[in-house]
Amino acid sequence: MDTVVLEGATHKKAGPGSVPGVPAPPVKRPKAKKAKKAVVFFEVEILDAKTKDKLCFLDKVEPNATIGEIKSMFHKSHPQWYAARQSIRLDPKGKSLKDEDVLQHLPVGTTATFYFRDLGAQISWVTVFLTEYGGPLLLYLMFYFRVPFIYAPKYDFTTSKHWVVHLACMCHSFHYLKRLLETLFVHRFSHGTMPLRNIFKNCTYYWGFAAWMAYYINHPLYTPPTIYGEQQVRIALIIFLFCQVGNFSIHIALRNLRPPGSKTRKIPYPTKNPFTWIFLLVSCPNYTYELGSWFGFTLMTQCLPVAFFTAVGFIQMTVWAKGKHRSYLKEFRDYPPLRSPILPFVL
Amino acid sequence: MASTEEDGSVEEKENNNKKRTKSAIAVAWLTFYNIAMTAGWLVLAMAMMRFYIQKGTHKGLYKSIARTLKFFQTIALVEVVHCAIGIVRTSVIVTGVQVCSRIFMVWFITNSIKQIQNEESVILFLAVWTFTEITRYSFYTFNLLNHLPYFIKWARYNMFIIMYPLGVAGELLTIYTALPYVRKTGMLSMRLPNKYNVSFDYYYFLVIVMLSYIPLFPQLYFHMLRQRRKVLLGEIIVEKDE
Repeated sequence: MDTVVLEGATHKKAGPGSVPGVPAPPVKRPKAKKAKKAVVFFEVEILDAKTKDKLCFLDKVEPNATIGEIKSMFHKSHPQWYAARQSIRLDPKGKSLKDEDVLQHLPVGTTATFYFRDLGAQISWVTVFLTEYGGPLLLYLMFYFRVPFIYAPKYDFTTSKHWVVHLACMCHSFHYLKRLLETLFVHRFSHGTMPLRNIFKNCTYYWGFAAWMAYYINHPLYTPPTIYGEQQVRIALIIFLFCQVGNFSIHIALRNLRPPGSKTRKIPYPTKNPFTWIFLLVSCPNYTYELGSWFGFTLMTQCLPVAFFTAVGFIQMTVWAKGKHRSYLKEFRDYPPLRSPILPFVL
Repeated sequence: MASTEEDGSVEEKENNNKKRTKSAIAVAWLTFYNIAMTAGWLVLAMAMMRFYIQKGTHKGLYKSIARTLKFFQTIALVEVVHCAIGIVRTSVIVTGVQVCSRIFMVWFITNSIKQIQNEESVILFLAVWTFTEITRYSFYTFNLLNHLPYFIKWARYNMFIIMYPLGVAGELLTIYTALPYVRKTGMLSMRLPNKYNVSFDYYYFLVIVMLSYIPLFPQLYFHMLRQRRKVLLGEIIVEKDE
């Protein structure tokens, strides 16, 4: 990635003797022999955003150095602050600068002053996702197989006599397996990391709810849907599967918006896949489909804890969708006006 | 969580300006509200004292003031709305938790479990609440009228040091005494099988509520202590960075 940035940002011609077509080495090229342009090195000082103490002074910094490179240099002098937990900003109370920002394009003089804030211990998104999704997958199966110490001993390792319970287990497991595989192979993350405390918060949420739902669905005294019985379960299954496919289609569409290794942001549009046509009406259809899936699961199991989980998830996803919708509107002048954040025309 | 790290410092300044120009209607309403609540809790205090002086016992005291208590404590829900619409500068969640815990004690413990209404622990927390609320509402009233007598400020930021623990003790003891009756009657509980596939055991719920005092009470207490240092002693407290 550094190579890409250096090649892109530099407007110097290749030095004499270099072979065209051969990619430049990732090491900084020697500057002293340039005749065309005198290179002005920058000096960078990094101050603590709260105490204003001088933490680090870097001299002879390339003008086209990125914030990411400056973070690496800062890390060398302060090994406890790896790049992911550094927030570098121009103003102590301002926004964090991006890793891709180039030094000479920032509103700084040749001695640049940056402010540093420690974001705290960080953990990678992939790790968090794998942990928070792996838990529900395993926990639910433990309840399904009626592992000892959950229900009364006479029920240990028995199976439910209701076919909807088996169906629910398959759906739930499929859902989390899909999430795990998407984390590994589909999603392209903007940020590499998040604060460490998030993993405890997120896992409590996912694992807690999974256990609470699984306890009742797989309980020996579980009551299958009574209102419309078999028909209800069938319709619920169709809704669930439809929304799972829809959600996956959206994830693929979003992935294809972004070339590998990049962090570009573009407006998503409908593709040939009919499941993506919902982009005409909604900014975050992945959340719409997710809500639909859990609604289907609620209908299938007719279980109040599942309804709760769906409701809480809906609230959280609406908050996220509204935020994303707002960022889209701010970033793109030509954003389609017909779109709502999560529910067509409504929300 | 998928949230970005924005400080919103510009928004803070705008909010401060908004608060300084609080509308006259808001001030009038809040003044009226706080005077009414001060009066209400004063009435409660006097009714309690009169009962005890006349009857010489606390048995039956709760029953005599139950309606007034329920009225004034339930009205306090409107304070959550005050925070939500911004005419009071406190967190909605903090106010919400405090009011809800009071509503819970009144409606779901003392009102519903008749057998514990004559316990001493009930009188304990009622006395604490009455004293605290009179101090608090008169503090707000005088603040709004820009004429705060020092002894009210002193009381608000010092009495809590013993009142809080006493109140918590009264509440916890009451819940603890109520447990056997909850278990026996199975009140507010739901068992399997049922068509919603859910169960709820009020007894264990109460146990969890009691346990939750352990993390929650110190946080509120230390928050009040920090407020006290800021207001009474003029200390500048630098908030710890997370």
